Amino acid sequence: MLDKNDSGQLSVDAKKTEFDYAPSIESTKIVNIKKKNHLYINGKFVEPESNKFFKSINPATGEPLAEIAEASAQDVDHAVRAAREAYSKTWSKFSGKERGRYLFRIARIMQERARELAVLETMDNGKPIKESRDVDIPLAAAHFFYHAGWADKLEYAFPGKSVTSLGVAGQVIPWNFPLMMAAWKIAPALACGNTVVLKPAEQTSLSALLLAEIFEEAGLPPGVVNIVTGAGETGAALVSHPDVNKVAFTGSTDIGKKIALNLASTHKKLTLELGGKSAHIVFEDAAIDQAVEGVINGIFFNQGHVCCAGSRLLVEESIAKTFVEKLKYRMGSLRVGDPLDKNTDIGAINSLEQLSTIEALVEDGKKQGLEFFTPENITLPKKGYFHRPCFFNNVASSNSVCRLEIFGPVLSISTFRTPQEAILKANDTQYGLAAGIWSEKGSKIHQVASQLKAGVIWANTYNKFDPTSPFGGYFESGFGREGGRHGLFSYLEVR
Amino acid sequence: MDRDSVIRVPVDEVGINERANSFTKRSIKADSKLEALYLAISMVDLTTLEGADTENKVKQLCQKAMEPVPRMVFQELAKFPRFRPIPQVAAVCVYPAMVPTAVKSLKGTNIQIASVATSFPSGQVPLNAKTDDVKYAVSEGATEIDMVINRGAFLSGNYNQVSDEISLIKEICGPAHLKVILETGELGTLENVRLASDIALLAGADFIKTSTGKIQPAATMPVTLVMLQAIRDYYQKTGKKIGMKPAGGIRTAKQAVHYLCMVSETLGRDWMSPLMFRFGASVLLNDLLKQIYKEMTGRYFYDKVFSLD
Repeated sequence: MLDKNDSGQLSVDAKKTEFDYAPSIESTKIVNIKKKNHLYINGKFVEPESNKFFKSINPATGEPLAEIAEASAQDVDHAVRAAREAYSKTWSKFSGKERGRYLFRIARIMQERARELAVLETMDNGKPIKESRDVDIPLAAAHFFYHAGWADKLEYAFPGKSVTSLGVAGQVIPWNFPLMMAAWKIAPALACGNTVVLKPAEQTSLSALLLAEIFEEAGLPPGVVNIVTGAGETGAALVSHPDVNKVAFTGSTDIGKKIALNLASTHKKLTLELGGKSAHIVFEDAAIDQAVEGVINGIFFNQGHVCCAGSRLLVEESIAKTFVEKLKYRMGSLRVGDPLDKNTDIGAINSLEQLSTIEALVEDGKKQGLEFFTPENITLPKKGYFHRPCFFNNVASSNSVCRLEIFGPVLSISTFRTPQEAILKANDTQYGLAAGIWSEKGSKIHQVASQLKAGVIWANTYNKFDPTSPFGGYFESGFGREGGRHGLFSYLEVR
Repeated sequence: MDRDSVIRVPVDEVGINERANSFTKRSIKADSKLEALYLAISMVDLTTLEGADTENKVKQLCQKAMEPVPRMVFQELAKFPRFRPIPQVAAVCVYPAMVPTAVKSLKGTNIQIASVATSFPSGQVPLNAKTDDVKYAVSEGATEIDMVINRGAFLSGNYNQVSDEISLIKEICGPAHLKVILETGELGTLENVRLASDIALLAGADFIKTSTGKIQPAATMPVTLVMLQAIRDYYQKTGKKIGMKPAGGIRTAKQAVHYLCMVSETLGRDWMSPLMFRFGASVLLNDLLKQIYKEMTGRYFYDKVFSLD
C-alpha cells in the first residue's frame, strides 16, 4: 500500500481505500408480531366489540406490520370499569411497598426483554435502532425503576401534607416515543396508587401491547393497567368517560386544546404535554464543535419527532458564518436510512401523513425565498417515508418555519446580536417547552436561563432526559410536569 | 504567539466525551471490517522504546514489520477468496541510537524509519541537546522524527518558546516528517490539548501525536477527537492537511476500528491513509492479524501462532 515517491516521501498507491460502513442490520427474529392484535382489558387480550381492525404500517417500508383492534366507546367503557374495579378492590388496598414491588418487577422484565422491545419499536415507529436500544427502552425501564422507589415514600414527597391516589387515570400518548411515553404515564400513575386505561397512538400500538405482556409476566393484578388501541375517537371516548378521574395527554396542541375544553366543566384533573418550538441559543464564547453536536442532536434526534426538539437555532452574529459552515460539514456525515441498521443516525418519518406535513412546511419555507440547505451526499431509500435533514438559514421570526412546529428534521437558523435580543427571540413563540444555552461562561448561562420561558432548559447539552427531572411546558406547550417529585403531584390528591 | 495573544478555543469535556463515545457505537461488519483491519495494519508505527533496547531487539522488530504473518499462516490464508496480501506496517519507531540498525534491517523496503528525538520522553535537556538529538537521527537515515513539546514551557504560559522549538526542529528535520508529541497526559485539560495542537499546527508539524506512551493516560478517544478537530479547523483555514497519531493504549482491533470511524467522520476520506493517520502501537498489530484471520476463516487461530515481536 505504501510507496515512496521521487522525493522519498510516502505516497499511497492508486487503490485508494474505500472505508465505509457495510450494512449492519439488527435481526428481527427476536420479535413475534401477531397478525391480529387485541385490546388488553382486565388482564386479558380481548377482541374489540366493534370487531373493527386497522393496519399498523412499518414506515421504513410502507408495508403493513399488523392489524390492531379499534376500541369503540363500549370497549373503552369496559376498560374503565375494569380499571375502577381493580382500583377499589386491589390496587388502592395495596401498600406502597407492594406496589413498588410490581413496578420493580416490570422494570426488570423490560430490561430483560430490552432487545425485543427495541426491535419492535424501531419496526413500528421507524426510529433508528441505536436510539430505541440506547435511549427509548433504557429510559422507559428507568421510569419504572424510579417510580418503584417512590411508591412507598409518597408521604415524604410533600412534607407536612397527606397524599391519596386519584382513582382511574385515562392516558393518551403520541407516536414519537411510544414505549417511553407509556412508561412516563403508567409508572407514576401506578406508583401513586391509581389504575390506568392507556390509549397508544394508532400509528404505534405494538410496544404498548408488548408491555401488556410484560405486565402479565410480572403478575400485575387484572385491570390495573388496560390498553385500548384506536385513533382519535377512541381517545375522545376515554378522556370524556365520566368515571375517569385524571386525564394525561401528550400530543399535538390542537388535540390538547380540545381535551382542555372537553374537561373544563368536569372534576377531572388534567395534565397536557403538547408541542414546542424550542430555541437553541449559541453564544460566541461557546465550545463551537460541541454546540454543533448539540444542535445536531437537538433537531435530528428521532427525525425531529420530538416535542422539545431544538428547532430554532439562534446563533450570535459574530460566529454565525463559522457555525453554519461547521453545521453543514457535520450534517454531511449523518447517515439516513434503514432504521434497523445499527449505523443509521436518522430513520424513517413515522407516517405518510407526517411526511406530507413536513414537506408542505419545507415547501412553504422555500417559497418564501429562504436560504435552504441539505447535504448533497445523502440519498434517501426508495421505499418507505424519509425526509432529508435540512435547515433554513437567515430566518426571520415571522417566517412560518420559525413559528410552526414542523416535527421533522428541519432546523430554522436566525442570528442575534446581544443576550437581550437572544432572550427576546427565544421567548417570541406561542410555545415554551425547552431551550438550550451554549456558552462557556457560567454566569451568562444563569442570567439567560432565568429569563427564558421554557419548562426545561439545558446548558451546554440538549435532549437529556432523566426520570428524576420534571418535564413539561409553558403556554401552548401545556401544563403539569412529568418525572421527578413534581410529576407525582399530577397523580395525587395533596392535602 | 504569547500568553496575551494566544487564542484559546473552548472545549466542552462532556460534549467531547459524548461524541467520542458515539463512535464506539458504530457497528463495523463484513467487508468494512476487513477493509478497516487491513487499513489499520498499514497505519501501525511498530514501536520499541525501552532503556533495554538492543540491536537484536530492534532487528527482530524490523523482521516483524516486514513480515507480520508467519509464512505458514500466510499460505493457509491465501486459499480464502477474500484474501489480499497483508500490508506492511507504516514505520518502525526507535530511539536515535537504534536508527542505524533499523535502517540496515529495513533496507529495500518502504517501511519508514521513525525516531523519537528531542530527549524523548521528558524533553528536559537544553535546546542544543535536543537539536543534536534530531540532527543525529536524521543524518543516520530517520525519515520521520517524533519530537516532544516543551510541556514545562507550555504549562508556564511560554507559548512562544513551545512554538519556536517546534519550528526549529522542523527546520532541522529537512525532508524528514515531523510528528509533534503533545504528551496530553501531562496537559491536564482538553482546552490545553486544543491549544497545544493549534500551536504545533501553526509551528509546522506534519503530524500531531498524543503521547509518548510513558505517561498515563496516553491516547484516549476524547483527546484524539479534540486534536482531529484542531486539524480539521486548520485545514479549513489554510488548506494544509496535517496528520494525526494517537499513541499508547490502543491495544485491540476493535479500538482501532473505532478510531478509524472517528477519523473518517471527523476529517473524511483523505485522512484514511498511512500518510495522514498512524497508530503508535505494537500490541495492536497481533490483534489486527488475529481478527483478519477470523474474518476470513470464521474461527480464531491458536494465539501463539503470531510472534510477539
